[in-house]
Amino acid sequence: MNNDILFKGLLRLADDHLILSQRLSEWCGHAPNLEEDLALSNIALDLIGQARALYSWAGETEGKGRSEDDLAFLRLEREYVNLQLCEISNHDFGFTVLRQLAFSLYMRNFWEHATQSSEEQLCGIAAKAIKESTYHVRHCAEWVIRLGDGTEESQNRMNDAIERLSPYWGELFEDDDIVGALAKDKVMPLPSSIKSSWHKEMQSIFNEAGLTLPDIELTLSGGRQGYHTEEMGYLLSELQYMQRTYPNMSW
Amino acid sequence: MTKSVETPLWEVFIRPRNGLSHRHCGSLHAADAELALQAARDVYTRRGEGQSVWVVPSASIIASDPQDKDMMFEPSDDKIYRHPTFYDIPDDIGHM
Repeated sequence: MNNDILFKGLLRLADDHLILSQRLSEWCGHAPNLEEDLALSNIALDLIGQARALYSWAGETEGKGRSEDDLAFLRLEREYVNLQLCEISNHDFGFTVLRQLAFSLYMRNFWEHATQSSEEQLCGIAAKAIKESTYHVRHCAEWVIRLGDGTEESQNRMNDAIERLSPYWGELFEDDDIVGALAKDKVMPLPSSIKSSWHKEMQSIFNEAGLTLPDIELTLSGGRQGYHTEEMGYLLSELQYMQRTYPNMSW
Repeated sequence: MTKSVETPLWEVFIRPRNGLSHRHCGSLHAADAELALQAARDVYTRRGEGQSVWVVPSASIIASDPQDKDMMFEPSDDKIYRHPTFYDIPDDIGHM
């Protein structure tokens, strides 16, 4: 496998996990109840763990001596290649769990394929991550079902969340030359190949929730090329604050 | 952190290892059984404490009345012969 392409593929995955983890962490101390506060923080910690494994491997692959921290904290906004889905603000609890469900459902399917990767290191990361993402799907699906099938207020909020989030779902399944090359060498599955099983599972959760799943088309895109929403800059300034203010600090 | 008065309370029991029994370890609020089980996992098994979790609606537990404490428990206080301290344990048995 060409190291440059592998590096780019790993960075995309790692950035998705880091940025979404940062967003989720914003709920710490602010969730609707104590139990959910811990549940969301647990998910955020799982994502951080996955991001760390991917960043350190990406750094080795790149071969320029960059550590996981260098990659996580010391790049500029245009150098982050995460999905825009991962960076947009939390809005409300329903929005947060629906976004997490969409992402975790994608990742659980991704990790399932990745356990058969031609890169042994990815098989190892996948074996651990698949258990974590399976729980994330279960937890978030239960909430989506309860909120969709709950009160008039919760149903309105879920419909609002679907309207705001669904334009970002297309990017999950977008292929390009980099993922094409990774799929050709059987390193990672092609994003578009995950769409049908994602759709099927999402549809069955939505049916139970009494919600309508819109058609998934590529509407908003650009995260993989480093184009981000307005909200990304604010997220990064918080994420990077300590390393920018106290370079090389550790604890 | 407002808590709706209608959110039921659940008691959480965790079995730390195979062969041990489930032990009560705390309580939590959750809307229904599935969410209670997930909350128990997230709140009480973060540090590898569990192999198995039970959640039970707190309302299903029939508890003794603290005011009945004397009637319920005091009569056993002076019956020391109920403790197995009057037996000589053969050395072969080892630690009991």
